[in-house]
Amino acid sequence: MKEQKPKLKLAVYWAAACGGCCVSVLDVHEKLFDVVAAADLVFWPIALDFKYKDVEDMPDGHIDVTLFNGAVRNSENEYMARLLRKKTKILVAYGSCAHLGGIPGLANFFTGEEIFKRVYEESESTINPEKIRPQHEYEVPEGTLEIPVFFNDVRPLDRVVDVDYYLPGCPPQTERLLEVFLAIVTGAELPPKGSVVGAGTKAQCDECIRKKTENKLIKKFYRPWEINDDGESCFMEQGVLCMGPATRSGCGYRCIKGNAPCRGCYGPTADVIDPGTKMMSAIASIIDAKDPDELEKIISDVVDPAGTFYRFSLPSAIIRRKLL
Amino acid sequence: MEFKPKVIAFLCNWCSYTGADLAGTARVKYKPNVRAIRVMCSGRIEPTFVLRAFRKGADGVLICGCHPGDCHYQEGNYRCLRRYHLLQKYIQQMGIETGRLKLEWISASEGKQYAELIDSFTETITELGPCKIKETMENLT
Ligand code: SF4
Ligand code: SF4
Ligand code: FES
Repeated sequence: MKEQKPKLKLAVYWAAACGGCCVSVLDVHEKLFDVVAAADLVFWPIALDFKYKDVEDMPDGHIDVTLFNGAVRNSENEYMARLLRKKTKILVAYGSCAHLGGIPGLANFFTGEEIFKRVYEESESTINPEKIRPQHEYEVPEGTLEIPVFFNDVRPLDRVVDVDYYLPGCPPQTERLLEVFLAIVTGAELPPKGSVVGAGTKAQCDECIRKKTENKLIKKFYRPWEINDDGESCFMEQGVLCMGPATRSGCGYRCIKGNAPCRGCYGPTADVIDPGTKMMSAIASIIDAKDPDELEKIISDVVDPAGTFYRFSLPSAIIRRKLL
Repeated sequence: MEFKPKVIAFLCNWCSYTGADLAGTARVKYKPNVRAIRVMCSGRIEPTFVLRAFRKGADGVLICGCHPGDCHYQEGNYRCLRRYHLLQKYIQQMGIETGRLKLEWISASEGKQYAELIDSFTETITELGPCKIKETMENLT
């Protein structure tokens, strides 16, 4: 009898995430059969009923590959990051949140206290006259109940544990995941540890299909709904902010194909430390103004530079949170 | 302990650094808090440089280039000006006092103005007190 190759043990976990990354894994559709043929899913909260206890009971290094999505925002996320690191041979930061902090990372513009105040006291749909807040520990007759501690800072996965690979995107393109998965299954030579996989190395602009002219200068910024996009020319040249110059290619410029500017979910290109500073440089070279007052007026249309330039990457930026 | 601000000054080679040099050769006295970094042109100063300076513990960052129209590379200082305005808006959003970042034009003959600028900027930063960026970025909460 032909000896069967042992199956890979695969885990998928969500920390501070929206669930979209898990759905992008489900989006392999019928290819799921190929995945299941090559791998046993040993832990995947969105789809399978395994408990944390089951993971705790596994020997160290038991899982071959874990796709960890979501940022680390509370003590449960942190615990699971450490636990899965211990139990996993190849830990992949899957998706923008695990990679860079992602959308949940925008919470770094606030403190935990500000968020709780807004959510439990001030929001339009809240009625909470006693100002009850979640408590980390709560005494009941049966004993002490605990819920996770909410941190002030949102962190990407690699600020908590050692990460082997990064697979960017919000969410990652499912095709890219399959490519990476197949590479692992077939035993292809893997890139050096710490690499970004399932993405290009260049910027979106290098692949983008929209028409670019040399040295185009602009006098005004528009928000996407303020202009009639001509459907052909570069968004930036039309005065619409596009994160293309500071964003890694690999998604197949899917937003631009849908006539929306890139928002930067694939993170910075390989040679860029900080996507926001790269964008500031890129924008500075296309504004057509030399006079400080005129300049100030043009820039006033860039309504939220920090939130726009660091939409997916605030927790991994040089200045990774608003000062307390 | 008395607060001694750390100020990083990025100076363009052709005007501002020469201006600073003139202040030195003319033995003009000015505050010793500045660490000058020479770059070829103010247009070479990327926003990354500025944020990194703060991140590594600068209390204030000063950018100096040639006066408008005088840049050795024609347009570098305008580029710098545009980056500076964007940076100002950004650091304000991050809760950093905008006074900690300053842009001034200093020509090769303005040694005296350079010295005065250093004195006044150092004074501003002393009043603002220590910058919290480094500490905030290093300690998780
Ligand atoms: S800025 Fe955006 S629209 Fe323009 S070339 Fe780059 S990716 Fe394409
Ligand atoms: S175009 Fe930009 S925002 Fe859209 S999927 Fe690609 S990287 Fe993400
Ligand atoms: S050379 Fe001085 S600003 Fe360009």
